[in-house]
This record gives sequence, C-alpha cells and structure tokens, in this order.
Amino acid sequence: MDSRTLSHLRALEAESIHIMREVVAEFAKPVMLYSIGKDSSVMIRLAQKAFHPGKLPFPLLHVDTTYKFEEMIAFRDEFTKSIGADLIVHTNRKAIEEGASPFKLGTGKCCALLKTRALLDALEEGGYDAAFGGARRDEEKSRAKERVFSFRDKFGQWDPKTQRPELWNLYNSKVEKGESIRVFPLSNWTEMDVWSYIELENIPIVPLYFAKEREMVVRGNQLIPLEHNMPLAAGEEPQLVMSRMRSLGCTYCTGAIRSEAATMPDIITELVQFRRSERENRIIDHDQEGSMELKKREGYF
Amino acid sequence: MSASQLLRFSTAGSVDDGKSTLIGRLLYEAKGVYEDQMASIRKSTINRSTGPIDFSLLTDGLRAEREQGITIDVAYRYFATPKRKFIIADTPGHEQYTRNMATGASTADLAIVLIDARKGVLPQSRRHAYIASLLGIPYIAVAVNKMDLVDFSQSVFDQIQADFSAYAKEIGLKNLSFFPISALDGDNIVEPSKRTPWYKGTPLLDHLESVPVAEDRNYKELRFPVQYVIRPTLDFRGYAGQLASGLLRPGDEVMSLPAGRITRVKEIPSFDGPIAEAFPPMSITVVLEDEIDLSRGDMLVDPNYVPHVSRRFAAKLVWMLDDNGEPNRTYLLKHATQTVPAEIRRIRHRVDINTLENIPAEQLALNEIAAVVMETRRPLYFDSYAKNRAMGAFILIDPISNLTVAAGMIEESTPDVVEPLQLRNLEFTGEAVETATSNQLTNAERYTRAGHYPATVWLTARRGVAYLLERRLFDLGCQVHVLADDSESHLLPELSRVLSNAGLIAICSIASPDPAERDRAAGFAAANRFLEVPAKELPARDEDAVEVVIKRLEDLGVLRRKDRFERGEGI
Repeated sequence: MDSRTLSHLRALEAESIHIMREVVAEFAKPVMLYSIGKDSSVMIRLAQKAFHPGKLPFPLLHVDTTYKFEEMIAFRDEFTKSIGADLIVHTNRKAIEEGASPFKLGTGKCCALLKTRALLDALEEGGYDAAFGGARRDEEKSRAKERVFSFRDKFGQWDPKTQRPELWNLYNSKVEKGESIRVFPLSNWTEMDVWSYIELENIPIVPLYFAKEREMVVRGNQLIPLEHNMPLAAGEEPQLVMSRMRSLGCTYCTGAIRSEAATMPDIITELVQFRRSERENRIIDHDQEGSMELKKREGYF
Repeated sequence: MSASQLLRFSTAGSVDDGKSTLIGRLLYEAKGVYEDQMASIRKSTINRSTGPIDFSLLTDGLRAEREQGITIDVAYRYFATPKRKFIIADTPGHEQYTRNMATGASTADLAIVLIDARKGVLPQSRRHAYIASLLGIPYIAVAVNKMDLVDFSQSVFDQIQADFSAYAKEIGLKNLSFFPISALDGDNIVEPSKRTPWYKGTPLLDHLESVPVAEDRNYKELRFPVQYVIRPTLDFRGYAGQLASGLLRPGDEVMSLPAGRITRVKEIPSFDGPIAEAFPPMSITVVLEDEIDLSRGDMLVDPNYVPHVSRRFAAKLVWMLDDNGEPNRTYLLKHATQTVPAEIRRIRHRVDINTLENIPAEQLALNEIAAVVMETRRPLYFDSYAKNRAMGAFILIDPISNLTVAAGMIEESTPDVVEPLQLRNLEFTGEAVETATSNQLTNAERYTRAGHYPATVWLTARRGVAYLLERRLFDLGCQVHVLADDSESHLLPELSRVLSNAGLIAICSIASPDPAERDRAAGFAAANRFLEVPAKELPARDEDAVEVVIKRLEDLGVLRRKDRFERGEGI
C-alpha cells in the first residue's frame, strides 16, 4: 500500500471527523446522543480527535430508561467524568411514575414512552438543532438509505420521501426553527469496523461486551439478563451462562449471546466467524417486519 | 484487517438487469449477509422470482419500495474481503432517477454498469455511462450479465464490448473493463467461470480488489478549505478541515484566500501527536506561523498553484427537484466550506441524456442536466471539477424550502462563456486620448509629470509582491496603484484601463490566472505597456520578486533605469 493511502479505518475516521466539524460549524446548538454502547464510545473518540486540543464543543445526552444495566451506568459516570465531558441525563419520569415498564407494557409501547418520547422531549427542552447518533447503515435494512444528515420535522419525525439528496461531502444543514437534523457520523462503518477501531485505538468500553458467566433466563433462542426484577414465566429458572452482550440496550430487550470471547482479539475472531447480524438479539426489531422503519418515522433514532 | 483499503463503487442498472441480484451475490460471497437476514428474506411474504433464494431481496430496503418491487433511493451496502472494504452506493436505474444515480456516483471510485446480455447496450446503459462520466468516476466496470441466457456466447459479449467502447469514447469515459457474468449462478464473480473459456480476464471481485484507488489523487496543488476554527485557549488557534488536495508539512509556504497573505505552516497537531505530512483526504488541524485571522470558508492554497477566484463560472447542473430551476432566482450555493447566495445567470443549453444533443432551455426540470453560467454574491475559490473533484463540486439549496435542488460541477471557463460584465454609465472605447483639443491634457504632459510611461502589471497570486512593488515604485517617485479586489476581479481590465489613461502604473493583483480577463486587460494596453509575470517566474522572497518586476519594467522602457531615477532625469 502506498504510504500516502489511508487504511480503510483511517479513511472512515477522516470522513467522520469532517462530518462532526461540519455540524459544529453550521448548527447553533448540537448535542451528542450517548448510549454508553460501543458505537457511542467510538463517536466520542472521533469527537475528541475532531476538536483536539479543545474539549467536546457539545454536551452528551443520555436517555436513561432506568432499565439499563448497572454496569452501564457506572461506566457512563466514570468515563464521561474522565474525559471532562458535559453529561445530561434525561428520563421520562412521568411515564415511569405512571408505571411504564417493559414487563407491563410490552416492548413496543415501553420503547415509545421511555426512549422515543423521552428523547424527543429532551431534544425539545434543550433546544438542540442537531443531534449526533451512532447508528450505522449496516445495522438494519431501513437504515441502508438513511442520510448522514437526516432531516426531522418539528415533531422529530422522519419521512423517507423528504430526505435530501446527499452528494460528495457537501451536507445541507439548512433547517427552520423547531426542525432539526439527526447526524450519523458512523453511517459508513460496519460492526467489524467499530470493533477493529476500538482495538486499534484502545478505546474503553463497558465490560458487558466481554464474555463471563452471567445469570440469564433462557427463553427460546434468547438469553435475557436477570436484572430489574424481571418476572419469570412458570417453570423458568435463572441459569449461569458463559455469555456476553453484542449490543447494549435495556436489560430486558438486550438478549445476550453465548460466547467465550473475553478479550478484544477474541471478539474480533468471533465476529469473523459470526453469521448472525448484531441486532438479532434486539427484541424490538423483530416485533414486525420493517418495524425499525415504523419506529424511525415516529422519531426513534 | 486494519491495513486494508477502502473502495467506494456505485452500481447502476435497470429494473431487470439483475443489479440487486449481483449485489446480493457479492454480499453473500463475501459473507456480508448474516444468517438472520437470510432467514428474514426466506420468510418475506413477497417473493418475486422463482429459484431457491432471491438475492435481490437482501438489498431492497424500505417497505414502500418492497411493496412496489422497485428501489427508489440510493442505498448503501458494505462488505469486506481481506484486501479491501467496499462501500456500494446502490442506485436505481429508472429514467426518472438520474438524481439518485448522480448522488451515488458523486463519491464513487468506480462504477459497475450492468448490461443485460440479451438486450445489449440500451439507452439506459448509455445514460448510466454518461452520468458516470459527468460525475467523474475514475474507473468503469461493465458487467455483461445473464450470460447464462445467451449460452455464454463470446460474440454476444464482444459485440456489447465494441458498442459500449464506441459510446464511451464519444463521452470521454476512461479505464473501462468488461466482465461476462451470471449474477444468478455466480459465473466470473469470485471464481473464473468454466463456462467462459474464451474470457482471459479476471473475475469481477478480483478487479474490485485490485483497481488502484488513489492513483489519480492530486498531491501537488494544495487546497485546504477552512472548515472550523479551534480556539480552546487564547494561545492556540488551529484551522480545522479536510485536505482536498496537495500535501501539507510543517514549514510549507501557504497562501490564504481571500486575503492573499503568505505564511508558513507551524505545525499540524493531532490527538495522536504531531503529523509530519498530511495528505488527502485526511481531516487535520493546521497552526500557522503568523497570526493571521482566517475563518470558515477561507482557504489555504499553494502560492504557486492558486485556484480560480471568481464570482462567475460555467458549470453543469443536475436538477434534483420537481420544482423547476430558473435563471435569476436566488439559491444558496454550497462549495467546499462556503455557502453563498447565487443565481443561475444563464442556461446555455440542456443536454439530452439519450442523444447527447444540446437543446435550448429556459428552465430546468427534475432529472434534467444543463450547462449554465453561475454567478455568486461572493467569490468562490475553485478548480474545474475535471481537474479536482472536491474543488469543483457544489450543491444548490432552495432558501425557502431548504431542499437540495441541484448538484453542480464547475467547468473550465472560456471567454465566450463568461462574458465581461456590462458597466453602467461607463464606456471603454479602447482608443487612447492622443490629440489635444483646446485645453485638454495630452498624454505627453501626463507622462512628463509622472516621469514614466503608464503600464498595466498583471500579477497572479503573491498579493504581498503587489503591495511591496507599489511601495517600491512609489518611493522611486512613480504614480502607481494596486488593483486587488477579488470580489470584482472581472472589472480589473476596465479599471486598469482607466488608471493607464490617467498615466498611472496599474498593478493588477489577481489571485488566479483567468485567461479571459488577462486577454482583455492586455487588449486595452499597448503591446509594450502590458507586463505579465507568472507566479512561477518570481523568486520566493517578495523583495527579490519585486526586483524582477522592476527589471522587466525597465526592459520594456516603462521606467527609467534606476540609476537615472536617482539622477532625476526625465523619461
């Protein structure tokens, strides 16, 4: 390889940094959605690079459903403090006080209240006109046509028909008051790219990604972590399973996978052999064929 | 894995060319498809074709599209082999979707043009090829698909190759390769097919893995558009941006636009430590030696290779909205890191994408392509798209709907395209006032008072030289004036003419060599009263450069020799 050719990870890095700087230069009040997951960790590293030696020129926003893993919350507080980031945590308290929970409402309704509604409220309260998200186009079919700058109307909704054509690296950042843009700097990254970059850059991630013996409820093909007093069905017994999380969300909706991969190289080796896509353990995506697209229309990331 | 390269390619093909099947096949072969996605396809309620697996369902995204059975937007797909990671811009081939094809092509290093072996080169194949050439895709791979349905006939393949090559030559498309394939059966996709013994080339995937990606990259002419200014403390000011072309190292001499100031790179700091040499497309931060104040939209360039600086230029537009485009409406034009109000000054003609004919047009409709003259409110710093993709590309935004209405590619301007502006209430006859009537001043009187002849000095780049030259000539007793207004550079020839008539030495400092303006200025002056000094003939130090210009003015007879100045002799 020519010494003046970037490796694919460095080329993706350059593209993502360009996107972040463009947003900060052109929008009045950007915010970065912080999910604590591996993609968020990569986004933060890219932002540190984009604005070095300055600090992140925007706050991090975590939409906390209160059904996250304890380890995630501990990691969040420790990590954001260590990099001197401005962290905002938002929870839909009202819905929770009214009893919203995945066990009672079912995953679809719970997600609409604790994630989508909470997110839209937080964005509106903060008056943010641009919000970075870590979504990638390779995650799910409806995301393959997502723009890097994804336009949302006054209600935070996405309409596939009004998305603007995106050419070269010239992003259209024009919005009216109340409208906003969701920005996806990792659009062109794949799951493998994310992991390879975490290894290359030695980026800290939540330990839940690494395999160890964890208490799980085995339900069909799914391993459901035993947290937040998850109610058990008749005859179900928690079991200790050597497992890890491939993607992180709420405990009930994030199934674990059986895995022995306890180190970064193990995870990458496992991925190479993997023939299952990472969102498969996400219960929400499988509610209905094309369900992610329906959620996105309503304002989900 | 981490040392592999990135190749972006676009695919274009019509509904039945088997494009989705080809992409599905590539993803499947490269294990870019996961089992649960395959299972989801198997259980999908719609199954349009017979056969074991419909690969095309892997690539169809949105519900509406799935129901209609056509893809209506650009979709991006990813797969990797040990050698490369690939980003596919999968674009629909319908006639009304020129817009999408242009979008997918804009970032592509290579285009796969699909041709159905049974049908040969159709008008739509030509459209795809034309858009690939318009958007400047460096490499074209022509995949002649469904070879299984023509018994893998060599003569069918050869005929298509000949037909397509002839058309490609007509539109200036380069770097063509042809592949006889069956996307459905996998012939010549990953492995050489046993059914095409006459084909000596490589399978398609081998080609995608080996085609050079950065060979045509411009490492020579520095273009660094300032994207964002990083100022965390009072003692740090870094200019952040993505290097569009050229190399940048600490110590390199750079010129800032629009100010035209020359300085040097002090350092290129990064999160991972200082960078010794930056090259495109790196996103970097540059610290300069001098405290010069740049902001977003400004640009650092090589003083010896400056871009065009103008408010007027010729361009090709691809119209992307159903609301028609018209001259004299205001749009926002985004180019590099600048967004400026702009108008289509004139539609030269529309291009019929099927016949390549130029057709007169008053308006631009969705998916139409036209040659236009653009005029911007502030000057742009640009190169032609053919020469430098990042520096010649722009988009137009409707300021009311905020929608992206067009994609633009800047062309080299010729004098007939960018005509001189009409100046109200001023007339330039080109005739010098030579004869005295009653008490009108004569030129001889002016020259005698000045102690030198009038002249026009045409300098490109090196604004510092222009002002230093003015200072030196002034100190020698000359009447001299610098004309250095980039926003109105098209007026320089006329203004220099006014100054010459008044007996002055007019120093035109123009950021970029524009032959049309130079010719006009030269046309206004007598042959031995026009001096052009190209930037490359000037020494690096401004003081030395000024000496060279003064020497040339003496040689032309405009100035007395310096020693005679000192003795106070007349001309």
